[in-house]
Amino acid sequence: MDANYNLKSTIYNLQSKMINLTIKQTNEALRSKKFSCVELVKSYLDRIKKTDGKLHSYITVTEDVALEQAKKADKDGKFKSPLSGIPMNLKDIICTAGIRTTACSKILENFVPPYNAHVADRLLDAGAILLGKSNTDQFAMGSSSETSCFGVTKNPWDLTRVSGGSSGGPAASVAADQTCFSIGTDTGGSIRQPASLCSCVGLKVTYGRVPREGVISYASSFDTIGPLTKTVEDAAIVLNVIAGRSERDATTPDVKVPDYTKFLKTDLKGVKIGVPKEYFEGVEKETADAIKAGIEVLKKLGANVVEVSLPLTKYAIPTYYLLVKSEASTNMARYDGIKYGHTTKDAKELEEIYMKSRQEGFGDEVKRAIMLGTYALSAGYYDAYYLKAAKVRALLKKEFDDVFKKVDALVCPTSPFTAFEIGAKMDDPLAMYAADTLTVPAGICGLPGLSIPAGFDKKGLPIGLQIMADQFKEGNILHIGHAFEKATEWHKKKPSI
Amino acid sequence: MKLSPEEVKRIAKLARLGLSDKEVDKFSVQLSGILSHAKMLEEVNTEGVEPIAQITGLKDVFFDDKRKDCSYTDKLLAQSPQQIQDNMIRVKSVF
Repeated sequence: MDANYNLKSTIYNLQSKMINLTIKQTNEALRSKKFSCVELVKSYLDRIKKTDGKLHSYITVTEDVALEQAKKADKDGKFKSPLSGIPMNLKDIICTAGIRTTACSKILENFVPPYNAHVADRLLDAGAILLGKSNTDQFAMGSSSETSCFGVTKNPWDLTRVSGGSSGGPAASVAADQTCFSIGTDTGGSIRQPASLCSCVGLKVTYGRVPREGVISYASSFDTIGPLTKTVEDAAIVLNVIAGRSERDATTPDVKVPDYTKFLKTDLKGVKIGVPKEYFEGVEKETADAIKAGIEVLKKLGANVVEVSLPLTKYAIPTYYLLVKSEASTNMARYDGIKYGHTTKDAKELEEIYMKSRQEGFGDEVKRAIMLGTYALSAGYYDAYYLKAAKVRALLKKEFDDVFKKVDALVCPTSPFTAFEIGAKMDDPLAMYAADTLTVPAGICGLPGLSIPAGFDKKGLPIGLQIMADQFKEGNILHIGHAFEKATEWHKKKPSI
Repeated sequence: MKLSPEEVKRIAKLARLGLSDKEVDKFSVQLSGILSHAKMLEEVNTEGVEPIAQITGLKDVFFDDKRKDCSYTDKLLAQSPQQIQDNMIRVKSVF
C-alpha cells in the first residue's frame, strides 16, 4: 500500500466521521478546531456528489454559497451560537433570496425569491450553512415525494422504495448523512412520516410556533415548519433558534419560547403517557409490535402508561382532506401566469392565460386538490363538505383537549406501514391519503408531534414511534423522545449507501 | 356520490383550471370516490358545534401601524413573465 493510498483513506475516515456527527458534536469540534468549517462543508458536498445520483434528495446544491459562508465562519472562528457552522438544507418550498425555490413544480420551476423566509433568516442569522434545497412532493402535496416534478427521492434503506413525503428530500438527506440537519414542513404528516420511513428524527411543532412567512403555503391553518435531525437533542437545539412570535406572521401566538434543551432528561418518572388504542387499528403487525416494545422501554424508564381512547380518529382523514384541499384551492389561486412563474405561450385573452398557465404548470395531485377544494367550497356544497368538516375539526380538538387533561403525551406508531414501493399508490389517491392516517390528527388540531427511530421490520425498513402532546408542549415530547433515544440504539443504525 | 364529467368541467371553470378530456374523465372517477368516502362524516353529530378555522384560538392580532421600506419592488416586478410598463404588469385584454 503506497503512502498516497494511506493519505486518501485517512482523509476518507476523517470525512465520514465529520458527517456522522450531531449538531452538538459538530459545533464542539468546530469550536475546538478539530476541523475547519470549510473542511466540514466540503465533506458534506462530497457526500452529496457521491450519493445523490442514487437518492435524489437535492433539487439545488448551493456549493458556492455554502463555501463562502464557511470561509466567513472560519475567519470569525468563534462558533458561538449552537448552529454556527452547521450545514443544513431547506425543503424547496422555503424561500431563499436569490436562490431558486420551486415547490418542486413546473409553475415555479424558475422562481427566484427576492427575500428569505423568516425561518431561513433565523437559521442563517444563527450561523447555519446552506448546502442546498431539498426535494418535496409538489407544493408539499403528497406522502411519497413522487409528485415532485423533478422525480422521487428514493429511500436510503431500499432504493426501490419511497422516502415518504412530502419532506422526502429532507428525511432521506438527514438519514444518509448528506446534511447535518434539514428543515421541512408538516401539514398532515409531511415531516413525521418521511422521518419514520427513512429513520431520522422529525419534529412537527404546534401550529404557529414557527413563523410561516416566506414558506410557500399549502393549507394555511395547518402548515407548520420544523426540523429533521439525527437526534432529539438536535431537534431541540434547532427549535430554540426557529421558534417564537414573528411580526412577519400574524398567526404566531405570543407564547414564551423556553430553552427546549432543558427538557432533555433521561428518566420518565412522574410522566403520564397515553396509548390511544385506535392508533393501532389497521397498522402492520411488525410496526405495531415494534411500537409496543418501545412502550415497554418507556415503562422501564419510569413512565406511567395508560390506554386511552380517541373514538373520532377514523374521521380524521376525510376531515383533513376536505379542509386542507379547500385551503389549498384558495392558496393555489395566486398562480395565475401573471405575477410570477410559468405562463402559457398560447393565449389570446386574459382568462385563457389563467386556464392554460395553470393547466401546464400544475401536476396531477395539485389539480386534484384544486378541484376537490373548489367543489367543497362551492355554493350548494359548502355546508355539506367544508363546514361539516370544520365542525368535526372542533370535535376532534375537544377530544384531544379532554385526553390531555389526563396524560402528558400520547405514544403510537407514526405510519401504519413501512416504506412502500415507488409507484405502488400513485393511481389511488385515497390509498395515498391513508398513509397519513396516524399523523393527520395532530395536523388538524395544531398539536406538536415527534417521530423517532424505533425499530426495523424484517425487510430492514425503518419504523418510527410518534409522540404527541398538547399545543405548545414541545418540551414534553422532546423529553420522552430523548429518554427513549438514550435507552435504545435504533437511531445509531445507518443505511449503507 | 357521483361527479359527472360536466360537473368536473364546471368546477374546473370556477377554479380557472384548464383540463384535458382525459383529465376530466380521470377526475370524475377519482373525485367521486373521494367524495363518497367523505360522506362518512355524516355519521358524526355536529349539532350546535361551532366550526373551527383557527386552531390556536388567536383573533384580532394587532401590530403597530408603521411604514416599512420595501426594497425589492423591482425584483418583484421582474418576476412577472408579462410585459412591464411604468411599474405595472401589462396583461392581455379581457375579451
